[in-house]
This record gives sequence, structure tokens and C-alpha cells, in this order.
Amino acid sequence: MLVAGLTALAGSASAADAPALFDSGRLLLTGGVSTVEGSGGGGLASWATITGYGTRDSVGANVHGTYVNLPDYELRAYGVAVGFYDRVEVSYTRQQFDTGSTGAKLGLGSGFTFDQDIVGVKVKLFGDAVYDQDRWYPQVSVGAQYKKNDKGAIVHAVGGKDDSGVDYYVAATKLFLNQSVLLNGTVRLTKANQFGLLGFGGDKHNDYSAQFEGSAAYLLNKHLAIGVEARTKPDNLGFAKEQDSYDVFAAYALNKNLSVTAAYVDLGSIATFKDQHGFYISLQAGF
Amino acid sequence: MHRLTTLALGATLILAATGAAAQAPMVMPAAGATPIAGDAVYKAFHEQAGIQRIMDDFVPRITSDPRIKDRFATTNLDRLKLMLVQQVCYLTGGPCQYTGRDMKEVHSSLGLQNLDFNALAEDLQFSMDKEKVSFPAQNQLLAKLAPMQRAIVTK
Repeated sequence: MLVAGLTALAGSASAADAPALFDSGRLLLTGGVSTVEGSGGGGLASWATITGYGTRDSVGANVHGTYVNLPDYELRAYGVAVGFYDRVEVSYTRQQFDTGSTGAKLGLGSGFTFDQDIVGVKVKLFGDAVYDQDRWYPQVSVGAQYKKNDKGAIVHAVGGKDDSGVDYYVAATKLFLNQSVLLNGTVRLTKANQFGLLGFGGDKHNDYSAQFEGSAAYLLNKHLAIGVEARTKPDNLGFAKEQDSYDVFAAYALNKNLSVTAAYVDLGSIATFKDQHGFYISLQAGF
Repeated sequence: MHRLTTLALGATLILAATGAAAQAPMVMPAAGATPIAGDAVYKAFHEQAGIQRIMDDFVPRITSDPRIKDRFATTNLDRLKLMLVQQVCYLTGGPCQYTGRDMKEVHSSLGLQNLDFNALAEDLQFSMDKEKVSFPAQNQLLAKLAPMQRAIVTK
């Protein structure tokens, strides 16, 4: 219903005379898609781009729903994000990490689900990923994500130190139109265990660590980009090893109101269950 | 002695510059960018005839696009088309000269926004698609046009 409402709003926005508050004035796919944490970016990596299609004179927004099917778990995420004046991005996402039948094996009970709320903010500092084709430097943004997990008792039981935490990141994104390639690199300071789904800090390591997120995408046409991503993660908990994550993706924008991202994602070992890789699908609707 | 050296150096530079101009394409700052090296992109645009067809499609497209059509209310459209053909021919590495005014001067009084600039780029993509210009070649031209945003968008 929210999706329908937003799409209708976007339809009326694009028909309106400029200048309009919602102009959908940026080029297709240049706002990226929605990450699993709700920020504008790839699937795993937060980018420096401001989400939505709003220009520096307007506001863009979108909703997303993401589903990841792993051998022993399911991850669902849904949320909303707004980009203000191609400068500031604010996002909210709820993640649900469903242990399904694995929950019983972990002693949590079948269908035990960790819920996590993520509130994100991102500010563009300098550079323009699209226009600055004659300059060497990328678009650079800084961001923060406040994450609050609803299963504090379990988090503490497995050695986690906190059920909430804040990630800080700096992201650099550049579109190389000559090569039809987009590159992104992000450094994140974080204490999150499995994105925060298993809490923050741990018995093995309890300090912030710098982690890396990288994306490389090739634009096949106006509507379709394919690419790869890698994201390193801390390994803070003694009871289970945490590994880095990877994905290969295809993002298809039907138009500025609807895009779908399909990926194959490898999240490594999660809570002693190894080789958690599977299909990822994400829908984004907005303007 | 010192002055003589300077003079000699100056003369050498002028000779070198003249020699270079005979081989390399003429530098035309008004065109807003240096041309793409080689003629592969020019060929991908189907040379002058293809660029002409693109602009035959593009000019009616931008002047009927509800987002930007009012921007061309007082524009001489025949001249606009001629200048666009020259500019794109030149920038794609074709054997053309751009005889128009520079980007900043042409657009300074229009108060254009990013929306206008991007809408025009989208329309150009449609016209290039219609001419069946390959996507990588389209992007190579867009890479030359994108930085002109700084000269063209003033609002």
C-alpha cells in the first residue's frame, strides 16, 4: 500500500511543472539501490550516493523489501529512505533474522527471530559521482547507522556486549562513464556481530574495528547493471567464527519508480552454521 | 644573451605548436571539452549522417519534453540543431569544427537547474538509442558532456 502510494506520488511528481519538490531529476540507477541495512548503495555496501532520484533542488524517497534465503536461516529487511537535496539521506530499516528450524538446534526454539531496527543518516561531503567525469576524485559521503537489536538476553548469552551500537562510515563512489563502470569503496568503523543481528562487541574482541566494503558494477545498458561486492566483518564472538561476505548481483531499473536487484550472496559462517550462501532479492519502489 | 635565449625558445615553441596543429585536431575551447581520441566513437555514431539523424530526432524531442520545452521558447531551433551536430561531431572525434559560442556564455541567462540538464541527457539517450549507437559509445560522449553541468547549470 505504501509502495502504491509512493509510486502514485512519483507519477504525479514527474508530471508536475518544474521546479517541484519531487522532480525525479537524476538519471536512472544513479541513486544506487537499497542495501540490506537500508542505505542507498549496493546490496552489502553503503555508497556515497544519496538515495532516490531527487536532484540538489528536490527530495527523493523509496521503500524497499529484501529477502535473503540461506541454507539454515532467512533474512528479511524492509524500510524507507529519503534523500534530501542530493545532500542528506535518512533511512529506517527493520531486519528480521529468522532462524527457522535451525532455532531448535541452537536451543532458541524453532522459528526464533532476531529483529533489528536500523536508523541511518548519510551526508555528502564533496564530489559528484556522475558529473565529475573530468576529475580524478570520487563523490565522498560520511554516514552513521544506529542499530538496536531486540534480543539482548540472547546477545549477552552468546558473549555479545551490547544489544545496540552505532556504525560510522566514509564512502567514496565514482562512475567511470568512459568505461561504463562504477566503483565504490567504503570504510566502516563497527562493533557489530553479523551486522548487529548478534549484537555489538564480544568476549573475544570489544573495540571498534575498521572494516571494508567494495563494489564494482558494469552498466550493460540504461536499465541494467551487474557487479560484485565484498564486505569484511569483525570476528568478536568466541562461540562462533564470523567471516567476510561477498555477492554477485544484477540490478534492473524498470523505470525511476521500480527496481529489482537479484544477487547470490555468501555470508560465510553464522552462529556455528557454515557456508551460509544463497539467493538475495530486493525490490525498491520510489522516486 | 638571456633575452636571445628566451626569443629562441619562444620561436621553437611556436614552431612546435604549429607542427602539432597540423596533425592533431584543432583545440576548440568553446566546444566545452577536448574531443575523444581516435574515430571509433565517431564511427559508432554513424559519422556525420548519423549525428544529423540523432539531432533531427533530438531537437523535436527536447522542445516537446514537458520538463524542459519552455526553455527553448526563444531559441532558433535550426541554429541549435546545426550547433549540436557540429559539437557532437567534433567531440566524438569527427572532422568537424564547432563554430558556436562557449557553454557558459550560451546558457548563462537561462537559470538552468540539474533537472533541465539531466532531462536533456535522458532525451539524448533516447535519440542515440534510436540511431542504435552502442551503449558504451553513448557513455563515452556523455563522459565529455557531463562535466559541462558546471558551466550550464547556474541555479
